[in-house]
Amino acid sequence: MTDAMAAGGPVEEREGGVSLWADAWYRLQKNRLAVFGAVFLAVEIVLCLVTPWIAPYEFDAQSLELTLAPPSAGHWLGTDNLGRDLLTRLLYGGRISLTVGLLASLVSVAVGVLYGAIAGFAGGKLDNAMMRFVDVLYAVPFVFLVIILMVYFGKNIYLLFVALGLTQWLTMARIVRGQVMSLRRKEFVEAAISMGVRPWRIVTRHLIPNSLGPVIVYLTLTIPSVVLEEAFLSFLGLGVQAPMASWGTLISSGVEVMEVAPTALIAPAALLSLTLFSLNFLGDGLRDALDPKGAKD
Amino acid sequence: MEPILDVRDLKAHFFTRRGVVKAVNGMSFRLHAGETLGIVGESGSGKSVSQMSLLRLLPSPPLKIVGGEAFFRGKDLLRASDAELRAIRGDRISVIFQEPMTSLNPYLRIGAQVVEPLLVHRKMTRAEAWHEAEAALDRVGIPATRNALDAYPHEFSGGMRQRVMIAMALTTRPEVLIADEPTTALDVTVQAQILALLKDIQRETGMAIVLITHDLGVVAGLADRVLVMYGGRVFEEGSAEQVFYASRHPYTMGLLRSTPRLDVDTEVLPSIAGVPPDLARVGEGCPFFERCPVRLPQCSLFPAAREFGSGHVGYCHWKGEGSPWEVPARFVSKG
Amino acid sequence: MGLAYILRRLAVMVPVFLIVVTVVFFMIRFAPGGPFDSEKQVPPQILENLNRRYHLDEPLAMQYLRYLGDLARGDLGPSFKHANRTVNEIIAESLPVSVELGLIALVWALLIGITAGGLAALRPNTAWDYVPMTISVLGICLPTFVIGPLLVLVFGLWLQWLPVAGWNAWQDRVLPSLTLGFAYAAYISRLTRGGLMEIRTQDFIRTARAKGLSESQVLLRHSLRGGLLPVVSYLGPALAGIITGALVTETIFNIPGLGRFFIQSALNRDYTVVMGTALLYFTLIFVCNLLVDVVYALLDPRVRYD
Repeated sequence: MTDAMAAGGPVEEREGGVSLWADAWYRLQKNRLAVFGAVFLAVEIVLCLVTPWIAPYEFDAQSLELTLAPPSAGHWLGTDNLGRDLLTRLLYGGRISLTVGLLASLVSVAVGVLYGAIAGFAGGKLDNAMMRFVDVLYAVPFVFLVIILMVYFGKNIYLLFVALGLTQWLTMARIVRGQVMSLRRKEFVEAAISMGVRPWRIVTRHLIPNSLGPVIVYLTLTIPSVVLEEAFLSFLGLGVQAPMASWGTLISSGVEVMEVAPTALIAPAALLSLTLFSLNFLGDGLRDALDPKGAKD
Repeated sequence: MEPILDVRDLKAHFFTRRGVVKAVNGMSFRLHAGETLGIVGESGSGKSVSQMSLLRLLPSPPLKIVGGEAFFRGKDLLRASDAELRAIRGDRISVIFQEPMTSLNPYLRIGAQVVEPLLVHRKMTRAEAWHEAEAALDRVGIPATRNALDAYPHEFSGGMRQRVMIAMALTTRPEVLIADEPTTALDVTVQAQILALLKDIQRETGMAIVLITHDLGVVAGLADRVLVMYGGRVFEEGSAEQVFYASRHPYTMGLLRSTPRLDVDTEVLPSIAGVPPDLARVGEGCPFFERCPVRLPQCSLFPAAREFGSGHVGYCHWKGEGSPWEVPARFVSKG
Repeated sequence: MGLAYILRRLAVMVPVFLIVVTVVFFMIRFAPGGPFDSEKQVPPQILENLNRRYHLDEPLAMQYLRYLGDLARGDLGPSFKHANRTVNEIIAESLPVSVELGLIALVWALLIGITAGGLAALRPNTAWDYVPMTISVLGICLPTFVIGPLLVLVFGLWLQWLPVAGWNAWQDRVLPSLTLGFAYAAYISRLTRGGLMEIRTQDFIRTARAKGLSESQVLLRHSLRGGLLPVVSYLGPALAGIITGALVTETIFNIPGLGRFFIQSALNRDYTVVMGTALLYFTLIFVCNLLVDVVYALLDPRVRYD
């Protein structure tokens, strides 16, 4: 089998060479799920950004005569138990959820990339120690840690970013370390070292930029994890606090009233789910597109 | 004497998205009891695919046998049912593979794997089967202690694992052993031991061996008859003597001539220029045309067999006298 | 083999455990807004009680040793908010419920997951493959707190087939355990399918076929062992996930388990209960991971000499 396949001749005739990024873009476009994900996210992000201008109601405007109303012309998604417009709250909730997701992911990327790059570049005992630390931390269920942190340090949303970010950096660190270790052996790094370039510059100028591929892919997979965790915590009452709302808190409120106003549950649940799907599809698509091994047969 | 394996015009193609890859494009040969047939060729020549497809060991799709017959003791393997084929595999025809590292199940003990063919094909008790397994391991040079049988494959070296594979193949005393590049993944010294072992066993049991390899040296040591394959076709067939010392095909001559020799001083190592053909694009003509120094106009149609006598057959439009290569063939005719 | 391997794993985990325990100690002791927070104005009577109970007048090192001693005896201290209950009592009441929920969820996950994945691997690229795998994407992406309420909506409220709260009759167990186990069933089905299909391409499967084994013999004797390894190693994270998922599930379905109590204590700032329960969870997860590693080593002989 391998005999015959090996003599298959040139794989594909393409004019000239194709850069990794251009090739990745081409392949990404062909992945319909990823495109759907990207489009959905783009629309969602735009809507959330302009929410303060387009929201039909004030964020906390209550109309106590109209509590738990079903969808109508005035309120596209109905109202909640205090008569607040659900669509508005959904949009504002999206702002919070997405912001937390993005910022926390950036924290995890920053920490992870730096940690992984240093470990990978240093090698030897330092690398060993650093990675053992990571291995140990892997066994710890971070959700508990975050809950404990929230219990202790109050329900500060900035703390939430940091705490959530810290739950995700481990895998990023491993990935970056792997990349850096394989890059380190390449000639251009040897050349830089021999020219006397300081290690720090090598790490920041050469190694990190060249590891960007997997970092980006993993970033798009970290964001849904973080969004999920934030929703999880908020659902339990330990994340975002009133008066702010996120999709997690909206789902929690929705559960309480689901018998009489199912829309209050279904709307935020659906939006959260679709967002998670989109992020995952996009992430998978990016990973497949950037995979240098070529298209699957 | 009746051949035990009689293959006629075997054609096996891979139907892939890129086109039809004609891995085996009309192969014929005969194997007799007690004989060793060496099938020689480069990667992609179709040597492995041909033998594997006889036993239906390749995923199908994408492989499809599009023509030919393969008679094993009178039964056409290509048209046998799955059940019939399963009864033959491991019992009448055994196979050993190229990669002893990965060909054994790493999660099972050696003993358990060696007894399997016996348990599947013979009505034996476990105790009897284990006894046979011990004897088989002993025969291949692995002291059949409890340790060996209870050991896992990763505890053995490559050479020892290949011996285990051979033991596993022999327990049922098959009539044919197909050895697909059995020594390619091994060190040269181990290689010699394994080949000697195979020869020994053959002498003892009288089984026939099909030895697939790209290494001419391996073939020279072991084979009675040799088949030279290229691009899915057979180019030359004959006894080892005939093919090595009296070759009549430009390709074979080219191969022989590129074999380095210690006793000849040279500055340039001759080789055959070019690359093997894309098997998805071969047609009716000779696959060696591009690289051949002869290139006659009739080569656009693959030739019929040309007999040179005493079982020496060639497939070439050129008569086969002298040498078409600039530097003469390395092996001097023994006259 | 076995003992040395286990000892080596323990040698790594014990120091970690000690570190965690010490961190917990300091967190309880120095909790802002906690009992020992010097900023709080505590009436002298209560202060005296606190000092007596927690031995606060003793040097820190003594307190630490006392704490370790208590832990060794399994004593996690009194509750912060509920004056006359200890953490141990609370745990004793609610842990069995959670364990039951978790185990049933795990059973669902393994049963559904391995069956679906196995069938998909046997008939790839057919409906047997596409349907379960698509559903599994849902299971993996949708969080428990979305699946749970949706199941409640459909099966509890609309169809009225199953009860939606409480933990009394056997029917009460169905929806919560399904909710909890669904995500893991999804993941396990993908792992099973992937593992089995990858094994199929391995050389030793070809050897098994060459020996004349039938397809089912090949599957049972050769494919399963290696193919299920990814599932085994996933059990560690799965158990940890089931434990965290229980927090949400117990909340949604109003189940009197440890998870729900943990959340309530967190919301009430009952520090000792929170820390004590967290410590218990950590220990549980460590032990589970160790067990999983042992089972994995039993199945894959190559890792034993690590």
